[in-house]
Amino acid sequence: MDLSFVILIEMLYAVASLVLISAGLAVVFGMMKVINLAHGEFMMMGGYATITAVGLGVNVFVAMLVIAPIVVGLIGLIVERLVIRHLYGRLVDTMLATWGLSLVFIGIATMIFGNTTTGISTPIPGFAVGDYQINGYNFFIIVVSIALVIAMFAVLRGTRAGLIARGTMQRSDMAAALGYSPDRIYMMTFFCGSALSGLAGAVLAPLVGLVPTSGGAYIAKAFITVIAGGPSLIAGLVSSATSFGLVSQIFTFAISPVIGEVALLIAAVILLRMMPQGITGRFFKGKM
Amino acid sequence: MSLNRRELLGGAAALGTAAMLPKAVMAAGTIQLGSILDTSGIFDAYGKPMDQAMRLAVKEINDAGGLLGKQVEVAAYDTQSDMALYSQYAQQLTRQDRVDVVHGGILSASREAIRQTMRKTKTLYFYNVQYEGGVCDRNLFATGVTPAQQVEVLVPYAMKKSGPKVHILAADYNYGQITARWIQKFVEDNGGEVVATDFFPLDVSDFGSTITKVQQTAPDLIVAPLVGGAHLSFFRQWAAAGMKDKIPLASTTMGVGNEHKVLTPEEGNGIMVAYNYSQELETAANTTFKEKWQAEYGDTTAIHELAVSTYQGIMLWAEGVRKAGSVERDAVIEALETGISIDGPAGKVTIDPQTHHATVDVHIMEFDNQGMTVIETLPQRAPIDTQAVCDLQTNPDDNTQYEIEI
Repeated sequence: MDLSFVILIEMLYAVASLVLISAGLAVVFGMMKVINLAHGEFMMMGGYATITAVGLGVNVFVAMLVIAPIVVGLIGLIVERLVIRHLYGRLVDTMLATWGLSLVFIGIATMIFGNTTTGISTPIPGFAVGDYQINGYNFFIIVVSIALVIAMFAVLRGTRAGLIARGTMQRSDMAAALGYSPDRIYMMTFFCGSALSGLAGAVLAPLVGLVPTSGGAYIAKAFITVIAGGPSLIAGLVSSATSFGLVSQIFTFAISPVIGEVALLIAAVILLRMMPQGITGRFFKGKM
Repeated sequence: MSLNRRELLGGAAALGTAAMLPKAVMAAGTIQLGSILDTSGIFDAYGKPMDQAMRLAVKEINDAGGLLGKQVEVAAYDTQSDMALYSQYAQQLTRQDRVDVVHGGILSASREAIRQTMRKTKTLYFYNVQYEGGVCDRNLFATGVTPAQQVEVLVPYAMKKSGPKVHILAADYNYGQITARWIQKFVEDNGGEVVATDFFPLDVSDFGSTITKVQQTAPDLIVAPLVGGAHLSFFRQWAAAGMKDKIPLASTTMGVGNEHKVLTPEEGNGIMVAYNYSQELETAANTTFKEKWQAEYGDTTAIHELAVSTYQGIMLWAEGVRKAGSVERDAVIEALETGISIDGPAGKVTIDPQTHHATVDVHIMEFDNQGMTVIETLPQRAPIDTQAVCDLQTNPDDNTQYEIEI
């Protein structure tokens, strides 16, 4: 009984962390069609922003939930103005440019923070469930992911800004004809996407040892989740994160963590073979 | 003046030869020490202090009048954490600079990238790093500790403190695999039982499910030869789950690159390790070493196991040269094979003639407030793992890295 509860929490946690690491990419790649290979580095910078802010005496939750997204969002804004905006609609070129950016960010982070592992300890203590101890921070990650999905849904569905953003992504010429500047809207959307990546990096920072190359560990999973999710932003994100999270955790508990990772990749291959348009290309069509 | 192609080429060749001459002439006045380390890129946390230790050792030798009345000159190359550069710079060191000895290499992959070049060009090679053991090559001296040397002392100590049921969590490459086998052997030799062994690729940083699984097997002790920044997450997540005071941890790798300074005292305190060196060693040799380092670089926090191994490796080589009265490779190897020893910052280091590995003091330590407190010192542990497979006395032409079967 205790064990099944612990396993349930671990599975929810796996799904939640996939949602978290993919949300920023879902906006930047899913909505804007910019292949952001620097996504992992945006997360890495979110982690460093948190650690630096905590080092300066800021409360750890403020650092994670406010400072890191703003800092990384602003970095994203600069990058968008300098590089990305010249490349909209040129899928392959954005890939090359953002790959270069990722190398630049790794270099800068190495220069500033050095190439050693840093980190902060988790702000929430572990607790016991029957005979088992679990990491209290897992609950925090689950809560943050749920809040994130609800917030994304509310903004895109419920607000005028969300409507305009969605409209611009579909037909920027029509949005322009109606008097909205696509340039501005792309800029703001990229800002939001970067801020989400920063948030993810920040929230995961207390669980890992952070090095400037940490971003590489997330990028593959983020792309797999977003691509398998398909055209619908939120339904795609949640459905693919759930499928991959469950598959990898089932195999992790049944066999070993390595097999869990392998199972995730095999599941992705099978899923994309059967549904080349992603999960939401077949199910939940027309949903958000 | 008219010049045909043949004359031009001939002239150019002659000029080229002439240009190379002064270097060879110059080199006759000094002894050339080649160094090949990653002092930039992702392994620089290991390589930079090693480079500093190498320069400190050479400076000390030169200040004391050099070797055989000659000054030692350093030819150092930064391989930028790029394995391809190792083979390139190895060629440069051996064929162009024609150094008398090469010290360096960090990862096992980097050692294997240059070992054959050193052997072919008959350039003496020192590999001064803790590694998985088993390299058997007369041209190579490995002065770092190997798994059996650590595990042999760490496992009985940790089991005595906790209990007989052990769960192994290891990095999934040759170091982790080989070390896990040694842990298993010593656990069983000491009357214990390995309840489970899990391997993790180097980029795994999420250990949530592992922590649950460990609680299912309910061991008395965890031995964790995990490697690198991603694996550091395990120690953090373990403490976050509140497990740290329930099941004790021991590791053969944690702290080699000063990782214990990244963990907070709450996360790190009590983790058991066994190494050749700790900054907290209270010996006269270590105090003087730290003073010299302080005078040269101003800050001793960067000193780690691998840096001290490098320092000791160079001192062993220097001792060999003094004894041989020459820098010529075969003479130095023969001198080293007499079982030369030096007193380094980490204690006495002796060359084992049979394997060209080192017999060293191993210290059992526990993390305490981001330091490593020495609990017990076990003097002069022989490299028993490599000894089991390698005998350069009877088979001097051996050129293999053995996978040690236990």
